[in-house]
Amino acid sequence: MQRDENVFLLGEEVAAYQGAYKVSKGLLEEFGEKRVIDSPITELGFAGLGVGAAMVGLRPVIEFMTFNFSILATDQIVNSAAKMLYMSGGQFKIPIVFRGPNGSAYQVSSQHSQALESWYAHFPGLKVVMPSTAADAKGLLKSAIRDDDPVIFMEQERMYGMKGEVPDDPDFTIPLGVADIKREGKDATIVARSLTVPLALKAAEELEKEGVSVEVVDPRTIRPLDIDTIIRSVQKTNRVVIVEESHAFCGVGAEISAQIMERAFDYLDAPVKRISSADAPMPYAKNLEQLALPDVAKIVAAVREVLYL
Amino acid sequence: MSELKVKPLKPRDQPAGQATAAAGVAETESTETVNPEELREEHAQRQQHQHQQIEELDQETLQKILYQMVLIRRFEEKAAEAYTLGKIGGFCHLYIGQEAVAVGALSAIRDDDYVMTSYRDHGHALARGTSADEVMAELYGKAGGCSAGKGGSMHLFDRDAHFLGGHGIVGGQIPLATGVAFAAKYKGTGQVSLVFFGEAAVNQGALHESFNMAQLWKLPCVYFCENNQYGMGTSLARAMSLQDVSQKAHAYGMASEFVDGMDVLAVREATARAVARARDESLPTLIEVRTYRVMGHSMPDPGNYRTRAEIEKHQERDPVKLFSDSLKHKGVMDDAAIKELEDRVRAEVEHSIKFAEESPLPAPEELYTNVYANPPRGYGQ
Ligand SMILES: Cc1ncc(C[n+]2csc(CCOP(=O)(O)OP(=O)(O)O)c2C)c(N)n1
Ligand SMILES: [Mg+2]
Repeated sequence: MQRDENVFLLGEEVAAYQGAYKVSKGLLEEFGEKRVIDSPITELGFAGLGVGAAMVGLRPVIEFMTFNFSILATDQIVNSAAKMLYMSGGQFKIPIVFRGPNGSAYQVSSQHSQALESWYAHFPGLKVVMPSTAADAKGLLKSAIRDDDPVIFMEQERMYGMKGEVPDDPDFTIPLGVADIKREGKDATIVARSLTVPLALKAAEELEKEGVSVEVVDPRTIRPLDIDTIIRSVQKTNRVVIVEESHAFCGVGAEISAQIMERAFDYLDAPVKRISSADAPMPYAKNLEQLALPDVAKIVAAVREVLYL
Repeated sequence: MSELKVKPLKPRDQPAGQATAAAGVAETESTETVNPEELREEHAQRQQHQHQQIEELDQETLQKILYQMVLIRRFEEKAAEAYTLGKIGGFCHLYIGQEAVAVGALSAIRDDDYVMTSYRDHGHALARGTSADEVMAELYGKAGGCSAGKGGSMHLFDRDAHFLGGHGIVGGQIPLATGVAFAAKYKGTGQVSLVFFGEAAVNQGALHESFNMAQLWKLPCVYFCENNQYGMGTSLARAMSLQDVSQKAHAYGMASEFVDGMDVLAVREATARAVARARDESLPTLIEVRTYRVMGHSMPDPGNYRTRAEIEKHQERDPVKLFSDSLKHKGVMDDAAIKELEDRVRAEVEHSIKFAEESPLPAPEELYTNVYANPPRGYGQ
């Protein structure tokens, strides 16, 4: 925002309230009401307003209080933002970022705990980013804002409290479409994203105690997907577990698994294993919620399974 | 805000429809109550209004308005022909009968203002100045089309003409245009955003969300509801609880007007007022334009749910004929001048067919271009 006058932030509670999760703390003070705008609760409307503003040269950052509510705006994201450049024969690009928390929170039940990355990743024309560390979030968000295409930038509510080192360099960015190996290993690969990356790292630590060396690959962006890095890791370890907070059915894990099968079938020493959220809406009860979500124990068990341990 | 309301010429027609959903255009009288006396009076009023208005406008403007209306009429007739010949595919929604709306409105704005509409977009593109060649080539799905053959009839775009497209989701363009107005205000350019949509779009949440934001944030947007009385085969009466569309603006404290869409100069006048409000006071306006869709909803639709009498009644009030008669009456153009204009239009439309026929198909590699402005490494390979 400091760099480009045309960048503005618009969403519910982003200004005076400083963000429902305080993500926009201090922005109103620094950039004023013109560029940090509290919106009425009108997701379809403000998503479309953002796309229209992007058509004529602004670079909107549109916040959804959570991605659950982006469902009301999918028409404008999918039918307008993702298609405009194409159906105008290249005349109208849409440099916009839709951001907010995605996935589970703490006991908020079915309508507030959904991981929707596979919805948006499905569509050519969109880019989908899911950072797992503070530094990645910073570097990737800057790239997303500078990108000339619509970017779905998915944060995670449970991660808002996590702390991490962040480079001070004002020019620090991380390109979209480059995976990061969060931990090197040689016996098995875990492909994790967003909240499941810290879980995978914990699982890897536990497995290390048993002498199992696990590599954790974080694609960081789902679209474009850095499948090459994943394939290289599979070629090295020959075993894969994919961990995700979304449902498994038609999910990103299914896509990664299919691509591994297409490109590295001969390298696999065991079937690809997925750990996803239960195939049920999210329950409220704490014990059921825990059952529904991936956790360290489930990941450890899955890695043992692909290693036939 | 009440001074902004223009009194309708007469209480609006309640569209027929309910009772006439039978197959085949019914030869019987419409359920609509047509009072010939009232109709004649309305027609006379409209003519009188045009005659007065004509005196205030220069020849060039008047002739350009007629030219554009005739161009759209002939272009659409030609498009229908080409569609029947299988040259044009998909959906093709014609603008016949509604020419006065786009032409009247767009004659009242600046070149750098923005225009957006629905899939029924040929008329707006032509009135905005996109060449008939490029529009026809787009309908043909050719590389020379205004959207490079990727949009087709429903998705005409022309960045240079500030024409921001035809949009296919009913009501979808309304938040977009609201955003365009937001950007104009943000950048302080003094530009105005104009958006057109059918009366069926008025039932969409997108419209109501947009109205709220536009009035709340004082955005320079003019919303045109082209009330052609049908959404596909469903008449307004069968789809809307409160059928006085212009009233919907009141819920948001937004200015609104009702205008006769058969009178191109009345549309122009109302637009000029709304655009001034947008430009000078940064305020939105809803203009309900009463018009009539002479053809079916799209090319394959014979429009069986209406009576012949209803269609003929509306054709009697044909906006193109009304305006050309007025120009003759006021001595702006004589028969020879009108014939000459018709000839020019015909040549332009014929040329568009030739251009479209000769324009190359999009190259196969275009399938994967323009998906991303910054394509990911290896995308499309
Ligand atoms: C959201 C959505 N629902 C349904 C359709 C299918 N559809 C296309 S046009 C149309 C009727 C719209 O009528 P109106 O808004 O009055 O515009 P007109 O066609 O009369 O210009 C419908 C139902 C669509 N394109 N988008
Ligand atoms: Mg209609």
